[in-house]
Amino acid sequence: MMTVDVLPPPTETDPDPPIERPASEPVGPLGESPPSRSASPDTAASGQIEVESLNAFYGPFRAIRDVSLRLEPQAVTAIIGPSGCGKSTFLRSLNRMHELAPGARIEGRVRLDGLDIYDPSVDPVQLRRVVGMVFQRPNPFPTMSIFDNVAAGLRLTGRLPKARLHEVVERSLRRAALWDEVKDKLRANGTSLSGGQQQRLCIARALAVDPEVLLMDEPAAALDPIATLRIEELIAELRRTYTIVIVTHNMQQASRISDRTAFFTMGTDRAGYLVEVGDTAKIFTNPSESLTEDYVSGRFG
Amino acid sequence: MTAAGASLRPISGPRTPAPGDIARRIQRAGLGRRRGLADRGMRTLALVASLTALVPLGGVLAFVAIKGAAALNLDLLTKGPRALGIGGGALNAIVGTAQMVPLATVIALPVGILGAVYVAEFGGQRSAAVVRFAADVLVGVPSILIGIFVFTFLVLPFRQFNAFAGSVALAVIMVPVVLRTTEEALHLVPASLREASLALGVPVWRTVLSVTLRTGLPGILTGAMLAIARAMGETAPLLFTALGSRLVNVGNFGQPMDALPLFIYRNATQPNAVLNDQAWGAAFLLLLVVLAINVLVRGRSWGRRIG
Repeated sequence: MMTVDVLPPPTETDPDPPIERPASEPVGPLGESPPSRSASPDTAASGQIEVESLNAFYGPFRAIRDVSLRLEPQAVTAIIGPSGCGKSTFLRSLNRMHELAPGARIEGRVRLDGLDIYDPSVDPVQLRRVVGMVFQRPNPFPTMSIFDNVAAGLRLTGRLPKARLHEVVERSLRRAALWDEVKDKLRANGTSLSGGQQQRLCIARALAVDPEVLLMDEPAAALDPIATLRIEELIAELRRTYTIVIVTHNMQQASRISDRTAFFTMGTDRAGYLVEVGDTAKIFTNPSESLTEDYVSGRFG
Repeated sequence: MTAAGASLRPISGPRTPAPGDIARRIQRAGLGRRRGLADRGMRTLALVASLTALVPLGGVLAFVAIKGAAALNLDLLTKGPRALGIGGGALNAIVGTAQMVPLATVIALPVGILGAVYVAEFGGQRSAAVVRFAADVLVGVPSILIGIFVFTFLVLPFRQFNAFAGSVALAVIMVPVVLRTTEEALHLVPASLREASLALGVPVWRTVLSVTLRTGLPGILTGAMLAIARAMGETAPLLFTALGSRLVNVGNFGQPMDALPLFIYRNATQPNAVLNDQAWGAAFLLLLVVLAINVLVRGRSWGRRIG
């Protein structure tokens, strides 16, 4: 199947401190030049998401209005904005989780590598294997061991020889920077880990099915500062391989970990809309919109 | 009398209570003392009431144990009723219950569990409410009516009392119990687990099976066990269906079959001390099994709550 074979090799423990990113990245105008296009040419283009006049509804209620933006591969895009402005809804419309809510529907286009994910030819179940998701509260399967949690996506979606399964589980745990902490207790229950470890377990679980895009809905909001730091380090590491979109309430976090930032807010009809998107440095220091400036400087929201 | 009400407090400015004022306000006197007495009286009353509620259970247990323990012997467990005369054992009833209840379980579990999956996972608000309401009503339907209902379409057409009809009648009793307990168990499964599974690209059917049902399994098993215990003790639905039999019927579901409650009912109403004793013995056996299931199930969930 499409899985595993393309899984990149596990990153050896990297000597460079992952959070400190060189300041030399291009800080260009809106929607331009994603930072540090390194790596092989075939991965360079894959994983780009283009959102075009996206509207999301819950029954008659419009949760987001007319959002258009581009999410770059091998970069972290942070979605910030006040509560209720549709950040999570936006995120969930990128892997078609939004439509699982009763009465929910979408208008507009979301293109992943040029293909509209709302095209009738797209199977949402297959899509979600390519566009993975990590949630706010760590949610390991309580009936499964650490190993089984990571293997869950592969076991429940298809068959894989046992030896391969072991390999993928170890790789995924290594990528999620959890292997050393759990390698001696893979049979222990997933819920026996600390909150931060559980969240990294959930990230490993998402990585195991080999996604191209990783959506993170406030992945550190339920964690203490030290666990948060580890998640942020991990995101900085994963950024080299995946398209990462992260919703966060924490503006320091957004400025620390993201390459680009999109600021959403709520209109008078309570529908969320995109105010501005651009390189994180620009959004936080010299935004084009006064609304953005008010928000990032703490004057509103 | 001199206290609080007498001296209206100035709206602002300092106020110095006289020595002993505050102590007087908070010490027990008059009303306070009466309240203490009333409290003690009502507590005692509540305690007595709760003990009274335990008397029937204790009484039944003690009575059946004393009367039944003596009659519960090897003969009762290994022999059928004697063909002629009086004596023998309850093997026909034991074997009958051991066949009809499992068949009823096999019928009721899939219907109840799948029904609950529909109500909890797929049904809209309305259809879920309808199914839930119907299940609650069915729990409340007198079991003799269920016996008559099954009688009309599984006994009358064949002009033959049969064990299959008995199993179906027991299954009808079990389905709503299984459905409601399973539904509650599924509702306790956090939505975040379903989301986690779906977000991994796991199909819905697989998510329901491997995540939702798997996580709710302890609760579902509890419901199933309680339903089994309930079915074991039912007499009325079997009167019109399996009828009962003095013969040990192994595997012939087209013919009458005995069951422990039927055996107890029959033997207890005979004018014969030996048969009456057999009824006590069978009652004790039934009580032990049902009690064991209940203790097993409750004890497990109790331990979980503490642990």
